[in-house]
Amino acid sequence: MSKKLIRLADCCMAFDGELVLDHINLYFNDSEFLTLLGPSGCGKTTTLRIIGGFLTPTSGEVLFDGARINDIPPNLRQVNTVFQRYALFPHLNVFENVAFGLRIPKTADDGRKKVRVPEEEIRSRVLEMLEVVSLKGFERRRINELSGGQQQRVAIARALVNRPKVLLLDEPLGALDLRLRKDMQSELKRIQQQLGITFIYVTHDQEEALAMSDTIVVMDQGRIQQIGTPEDIYNEPKNAFVADFIGESNILDGVMHEDYVVEFFNRKFKCLDKGFAPMESVDVVIRPEDIDIVPQEKGQLRGTVTSVTFKGVHYDTIVDFKGFKWLIQTTDYHPEGETIGIVLNPDDIHIMRKSEYSGMFGDYSSYSEEYEEIGGFDGAEEAAREAGHEE
Amino acid sequence: MKRHGRTLNRLLMALVFLFLYAPIFVLIVFSFNDSSSRTVWQGFTLRWYVELVQDRQIMSALSATLLVSLLSTVIATAAGTMAAVGFFSMKKRWRRPLLTVNSIPMTNADIVTGVSLCLLFVAFFAGWETFAQSVNAAQGLIRLPTRLHMGFGTLLIAHITFNIPYVILNVLPKLRQMDKNLVDAAQDLGCTWMQAFWKVVLPEIKPGIVSGALIAFTMSVDDFVISYFTAGSATSTLAMVVYGMTKRRISPKINAISSLLFGTVLALLVIVNVREARQEKQMAQRRL
Repeated sequence: MSKKLIRLADCCMAFDGELVLDHINLYFNDSEFLTLLGPSGCGKTTTLRIIGGFLTPTSGEVLFDGARINDIPPNLRQVNTVFQRYALFPHLNVFENVAFGLRIPKTADDGRKKVRVPEEEIRSRVLEMLEVVSLKGFERRRINELSGGQQQRVAIARALVNRPKVLLLDEPLGALDLRLRKDMQSELKRIQQQLGITFIYVTHDQEEALAMSDTIVVMDQGRIQQIGTPEDIYNEPKNAFVADFIGESNILDGVMHEDYVVEFFNRKFKCLDKGFAPMESVDVVIRPEDIDIVPQEKGQLRGTVTSVTFKGVHYDTIVDFKGFKWLIQTTDYHPEGETIGIVLNPDDIHIMRKSEYSGMFGDYSSYSEEYEEIGGFDGAEEAAREAGHEE
Repeated sequence: MKRHGRTLNRLLMALVFLFLYAPIFVLIVFSFNDSSSRTVWQGFTLRWYVELVQDRQIMSALSATLLVSLLSTVIATAAGTMAAVGFFSMKKRWRRPLLTVNSIPMTNADIVTGVSLCLLFVAFFAGWETFAQSVNAAQGLIRLPTRLHMGFGTLLIAHITFNIPYVILNVLPKLRQMDKNLVDAAQDLGCTWMQAFWKVVLPEIKPGIVSGALIAFTMSVDDFVISYFTAGSATSTLAMVVYGMTKRRISPKINAISSLLFGTVLALLVIVNVREARQEKQMAQRRL
């Protein structure tokens, strides 16, 4: 299970002198579902194309099963790709699209002789794979007669029929509508578990990443920001970028007085973090859904509601604490202008070391503009750009 | 007032078409005229067409025309397709100016292209003569011919030259329309670049290649000026024979042969246009 199948050792990639990947060290375990997550331009697709063999890293090594594969072309790698917008062959029908890879004669392991897959076997493998992606009976359809979701399934079948050790997926669900995307997410997860092969998935959609992955690699500016399970990444973000990109976060400046004690807003709070230097300044993350609203006299902090938006399950409530605005997600309605109190439990407070991203995220003062952008994945990128960390 | 305007419009339109097509119409009608007269209708006949078939000079010109058109089309289509692929994978900085250079021969006056090719061949033959003589003098094993003449070979080269740009301009848009990931996808599934080209790129750009070939063939059949300057004295195309006939006694055979040329070119152009219309329809469907 935990065999290291692919390793990127100190990989850098530069286009026209511009560094796109900055010393990437990463390994991919056998049969895991790993997601490369980040805003556009963060280097995730470049990383995928390096593994696929479409790009050769400027420096560093790509290792497959321990062997260096930097110079092996894509057609000789045991890796297949599901491309963005599918890249199906329009002149072939569904069956021939899926059979495409099997019809290419392969060089046998022992000698130079080219080996063809017998027609019988091609037929059974293609039909079997169409069944896996729930497209039985579609063999003779033309590609332009299929819906987006069906084309997506053909693309997955076309890659998987070659029995790759690793399947690379480049934002495969980006072109589908929300409903279909949710269906395909669970479908992909099911296929991955059924076949037991490694999936490397590229997306800028944090929800997608949290829902499907065994491991998430958060990237920004060509660097890996954090690697971990979805729970780790969400609960223990390493820096302000991760905290902001994954879910929503209130991020404030704080000072660690001693282990388990942090100070912000001139008040000491108990927390679960330790190992910081005495009086080290830190970033404090508080997730909007962890905050409990109480009557003002019972609160540790007191603030005024400045805006309320109904979101279906909860209300997005913006509360002003001495000029710093927090986002609180609560199922109770508190009207604009009401003064409320909040209580923070030790496990609601998460402490991060200061980083280059400190001070860029996590303030909801300009809530109305930022609000629109937070909803979509591109929004995160916009917000980040506005915050000035990306040119 | 408005009504008058519309009538005027239609009248002008009719006049334009009359001036454009009346001469050709008259020419075709009189190719069936049972008389040597080019002004008085004497009754229907196929005599001039029969005489065409019996005329050895015309038949040899016909075979030369067909041969040079077919060969130049095949060669220009292959070369033009490869060139288009090259252009496509070029960086924009280089592609732009080179594409402009590519389209100059199409807008250039035929007579300039013809004369310049003629001069090139003459200059090359002169150079070749010196080269062949020195080679022959140096050794006794091979005798190189010292005197070369313009003929079918130079005619073919000229036709290939002016056909290539048309092929490139027809293939390039198809390459641009193609999903760029297709080649990557084919390679990902085990193809070498060459296999990917044959299995994926070629079927995608085939409509452009066929249109390019049809247009090239039409241009070849159609051409007079460039052929006139590059065919030499021994080889003649149909267009050249027609021109030669007008210099002597004018025979109604000219009408017949011109009608045939017109018919052929028209048919080819209709095919090209119908194909294009059908493809556009398909592309529109694919987008849905």
